[in-house]
Amino acid sequence: MTKTEKSVVLDAPARRSARPWPDHGLAAISWLVAVAIVGLFCWIVGDLIWHGWPLIDWTFLTTSPRLGGREGGILPVIVSTLLILGIALMVAVPLGGSTAILLAEFTRRSGWYGRLVGRSLDVMAAVPSIVFGLFGNALFCQMLGMGYSILAGGLTLALMVLPILIRTMESSIRLVPTNYRQAAAALGLSRTRTVLSVLLPQALPGLLVGLVLGIGRVLAETAALLFTSGYVMRMPGSLLDSGRALSIHIYDLSMHVPGGESKAYATALVLLVILLVVNAIAIFIADRWQRRLTAKMI
Amino acid sequence: MDISAGSPTGIGCRHLSVRYGAHQALYDVSVTIPIQQITAVIGPSGCGKSSFLATWNRLTDLYDHCHVTGEMWLHGEDVLSREVDLIRLRRRVGMIFQTPNPFPLSIKRNIQLPLRETGIRDRDRLDFITERVLQDVGLWDETKDRLNRSALGLSGGQQQRLCIARALALQPQLLLFDEPCSALDPISSGIVEDLIHELRQQATIVIVTHNISQARRIADHVAMFWYDDGVGKLVEHCAAAKAFTAPDNPITAAYIDGSRG
Repeated sequence: MTKTEKSVVLDAPARRSARPWPDHGLAAISWLVAVAIVGLFCWIVGDLIWHGWPLIDWTFLTTSPRLGGREGGILPVIVSTLLILGIALMVAVPLGGSTAILLAEFTRRSGWYGRLVGRSLDVMAAVPSIVFGLFGNALFCQMLGMGYSILAGGLTLALMVLPILIRTMESSIRLVPTNYRQAAAALGLSRTRTVLSVLLPQALPGLLVGLVLGIGRVLAETAALLFTSGYVMRMPGSLLDSGRALSIHIYDLSMHVPGGESKAYATALVLLVILLVVNAIAIFIADRWQRRLTAKMI
Repeated sequence: MDISAGSPTGIGCRHLSVRYGAHQALYDVSVTIPIQQITAVIGPSGCGKSSFLATWNRLTDLYDHCHVTGEMWLHGEDVLSREVDLIRLRRRVGMIFQTPNPFPLSIKRNIQLPLRETGIRDRDRLDFITERVLQDVGLWDETKDRLNRSALGLSGGQQQRLCIARALALQPQLLLFDEPCSALDPISSGIVEDLIHELRQQATIVIVTHNISQARRIADHVAMFWYDDGVGKLVEHCAAAKAFTAPDNPITAAYIDGSRG
């Protein structure tokens, strides 16, 4: 076949007709599935906005709930949620980050220690959240005497997100190409310096994925919080007060409070917006950090 | 430099063997590397050339199940000793890899990151060294206006020269090149080759190359590796002039004129 003939065959119209039929079928199925997923997402969000948006105003965001949540706003619930999230991240990110570094850089994957930690994490990731709730209740609320409190809830959720945080962070550190490690070693950089200055900036996008997943899990968690931070609707005076998270508020309004359904919709919408905003902040901070690490800072 | 008892001066090894698990990559190599000269390591793929190179800075330690036995010395220091300070050793032994591997950082930071680790904090001194090594590799004029930009924006040949500059900044006594030109286009390759030739003034050089004509152009000495049943061995080590005209070993002669390997 000469060159000209070949290029004719490869022209777009000719290629389309030459494509075997299973390709069309597969493409069509993929399209359908993708459309279905996007559709489902739009349905949920649309439903929330449709039912929830009319109820959201300044008063809703800045006042306390009354009559079991049927009236008033959700300010204390928002505050409790953010406090729980803050505690969970402050504990889980340093702990998870250093464990991920340990697993990825300082242990052999096939060694007994690496395997032990890895397996434990995988099992922990599969433990139902209600079990974490009971464990958190036994450890933090009772043994350590924190009672039903935001602190106990935050710590329980920190434990709960650790596996997913560590596993995603570990794999993103591992995925940094080996030649950077070789280059660093050959230049006499210490392991610590290699991790901090070369590997972490490279792994940052992946670390961020772990963080975003963790944030999502914390904000969505309900069962574990029932037993640890409780469901008191008052504005928390300290971290040792019980506080109701948004997810619990939604659960309570829709299951236990007759006539609370519309407020549940509004609360769910607020939760969704908080999730998006917190993730956006995380991405913004990580982006700034990466720029500083790769260019200016020395 | 600490002189541990028993390790000879100069650079060399005796009865050096490298094994990866059950696979013997290199067996019983004894060689003395001439100081301030270029030794080209040649031979077919899989004959242990890269393993040989990676023992000088103990990069072999990075690989699981890699066992190195024998003796190896670098100006009085026992390279294979358990007590050797790897970080200090690797500052004394620079290594340039086949694929240019600058860090995804700025050009300046690529050079200054390892340099700062040696304890130099003074900015003027850091900048002075940066300029000097970039001059040395002929990259200064091309990069002086963009030192704070990412090193990944440089061409392949420029990246490789940056990697050489980065290694030079630590003032190594021994410079190892692992096929430094094989990922570069012919023009960049020529520039890097000329550079290596000049670097003899600054350090002892060992270069692994598959390019026989390159070895012919720059080498003062040639170490010919070959394999027997998958086990790498040194079959000849002599002055380049001899290796390219009248080698003792028929394998070397056949490899060099292209009839084997």
